[in-house]
Amino acid sequence: MARLDDSAGHYRALYDTAKAGLPGLGLDWLERLRAEAIERFAATGFPTARTEAWKYTNLQRLARTTARLAPAGRVDAARLAPWTLGDEAARLVFVNGRHDPELSRLPALPAGIEVTTLGRTLDADGDSLRDRLGRQVALDERRLAALNTAFMTDGIVLRLRAGVTVPGPIHVFHIATGDAAPFMVPPRNLILAEAGSAATVVESFVDAGGGAYWTNAVTEIAVGANADIRHVRVQAEGREAHHVGLVEVRVERAGCYRALLLSTGALVARNEYHVILDGEGAEAEIDGASLLDGRRHADATTVIEHRKPHGRSRQVFKNVVDETARAVFQGRVLVAVDAQKTNAHQLSRSLLLAPGAQADAKPELQIFADDVKCSHGSTVGALDATALFYLRSRGIDAPTARALLIEAFVTELIEDWPTGAVRDHIGAVLRSALRREPGGTGPAA
Amino acid sequence: MLSIRNLHATVDGRPILKGLSLEIAAGEVHAIMGPNGSGKSTLSYVLAGRDGYEITAGEVVFKGRDLLELEPEERAGEGVFLALQYPVEIPGISNLTFLKAALNAIRSYRGEAPLDAMAFLKLSREKARLLEMDDKLLQRAVNVGFSGGEKKRNEIFQMAMLEPALAILDETDSGLDIDALKIVSAGVNRLRAPDRAILMITHYQRLLSDIVPDRVHVLADGRIVASGGKELALELEQKGYAGLGIKDNAAAA
Ligand SMILES: Nc1ncnc2c1ncn2[C@@H]1O[C@H](COP(=O)(O)OP(=O)(O)O)[C@@H](O)[C@H]1O
Ligand SMILES: [Mg+2]
Repeated sequence: MARLDDSAGHYRALYDTAKAGLPGLGLDWLERLRAEAIERFAATGFPTARTEAWKYTNLQRLARTTARLAPAGRVDAARLAPWTLGDEAARLVFVNGRHDPELSRLPALPAGIEVTTLGRTLDADGDSLRDRLGRQVALDERRLAALNTAFMTDGIVLRLRAGVTVPGPIHVFHIATGDAAPFMVPPRNLILAEAGSAATVVESFVDAGGGAYWTNAVTEIAVGANADIRHVRVQAEGREAHHVGLVEVRVERAGCYRALLLSTGALVARNEYHVILDGEGAEAEIDGASLLDGRRHADATTVIEHRKPHGRSRQVFKNVVDETARAVFQGRVLVAVDAQKTNAHQLSRSLLLAPGAQADAKPELQIFADDVKCSHGSTVGALDATALFYLRSRGIDAPTARALLIEAFVTELIEDWPTGAVRDHIGAVLRSALRREPGGTGPAA
Repeated sequence: MLSIRNLHATVDGRPILKGLSLEIAAGEVHAIMGPNGSGKSTLSYVLAGRDGYEITAGEVVFKGRDLLELEPEERAGEGVFLALQYPVEIPGISNLTFLKAALNAIRSYRGEAPLDAMAFLKLSREKARLLEMDDKLLQRAVNVGFSGGEKKRNEIFQMAMLEPALAILDETDSGLDIDALKIVSAGVNRLRAPDRAILMITHYQRLLSDIVPDRVHVLADGRIVASGGKELALELEQKGYAGLGIKDNAAAA
């Protein structure tokens, strides 16, 4: 099969020049993993629209770009301010994919909570990650994650011992900057939560003038029995950037993974979640909002596999799409034959604010068990004219009424979140994105 | 206060109001009765400024201004309030957030300073108490999960908060039980004042014994076909529209 791009050759050559500079040099298992990963990627290159899972999201422009590995970059601390949230238990900042200790804050945490960075861990204590790093990523199926694996350099490593609760959100900033575009940033995070532990992790992907860079992020999360992990991803990148993010999650018995995705897109953004409910009574909640304008494109793709009985999953995705932007939601739920008494619900709702705006939803249920409750629904429409009139008839002017209705449509997502710094932050990010504040999509400074 | 002269309005090119005239002076309460489909709700929407109605002839003057050239929010600022026949549910916006935005928008239109959170809360508690509205309803999303009666009461609560110069009540009494009707009527009667006017659309004489109108009009096929004092409502109740020689679409439907 002829390919229009030579991305395979390009990234293979890039790997050959870069590998001696990647962390964990000299670890056999890691070298084998990286080598296998680049071969897996090179065998197929970038996915095309011919692949069902990529039929709505076109990466051909990215595939034709000869990106280099992100060079070191610097950002001013003031650039972080609008994105900072209160009560942070720790803040780890990665500029162009590399840990920046000066911008980070890592106070002492209670025993049993270990927060480190991937680069340093691989160099100093790499074998401690041997049986964990890359374990949840099927390199043959997720070829961009394979590319990330070949180049992975830095990110957060969070290890929670049984029963510990992290006293506040852990904030992971990924910031792209500099005029060296096109370049690739390959963040890689690993979250290992033992039985009964609990944490909230907020990841922010922010563009500080990175131009036509691309983020290729992978986060692996293992949620132990009865553990409770909340994971917020704020993906707010520039109009020239690409973002491909994969979150791979495995949840054990009665554990719970809750995700909230807020995407203002990029030129093209794809945020993918693959969650395996691998123990009885395991739960997953994935909610998302894409707020898009201009020519932005955001694709949220989820795959939830129910493998054991009494599992529960719930997904609500909301899109607000303006101008000629496009939102995509693909949600696949698989219920294995053993996963009786599964409860799985999925809803996607899109609000189109302009005639050129577009939203696609593709729900897919594959159910092999017979005693389950599964549902899905999707709606696409304009703002409700009757509601708009109702507000205006009470004195509220048309732009304000419209803004109130749009905000209400989206903030419904966080009504069930516990009150506190994270919820306040999410609300602020949402409102700011809806107001289209200058400088892009950040909360008001 | 309100002069409607020879008003003609169409929906999708279909004439609905066909030369309607009505004068309401400040301090008066008028009732409009009429068969289903005669154009009562259409009149209320045209007065409130809803999209989708084309005015093909006639004029509406409110407090000396051409009402029809104003946006819905400007009409609210001028003091027009419509209690909808079917109040709208708005998920995600609490009743109080909605009302605070409305009240302060209207104050701003009139060049008044916004009410602060404390003053607003005090006012809303006071008005809610008068209408025996549960505090929980104030916190809930606008009309979402409200019973039919609660929705209607919520309209009157909004009216009490916004204190309009002209209140148009479109079948606010439908769907209310006797007790709720008493509370709502009391709320409307409290609003009666020399500088205000009320236009009540109703099917039932029942409401008119609680809120005694100065004038009663019968609307049929887009026109006022009969006007009189409060006894006209009683006569209608006894003889029906047919008794007055008016075709009742509802009976035929
Ligand atoms: N939005 C609309 N689209 C089409 N027809 C309408 C619309 N609104 C009202 N009508 C028609 O206009 C007529 C008057 O309706 P309405 O004003 O609701 O009557 P009433 O309130 O007196 O029962 C009816 O025949 C109704 O079907
Ligand atoms: Mg009606």
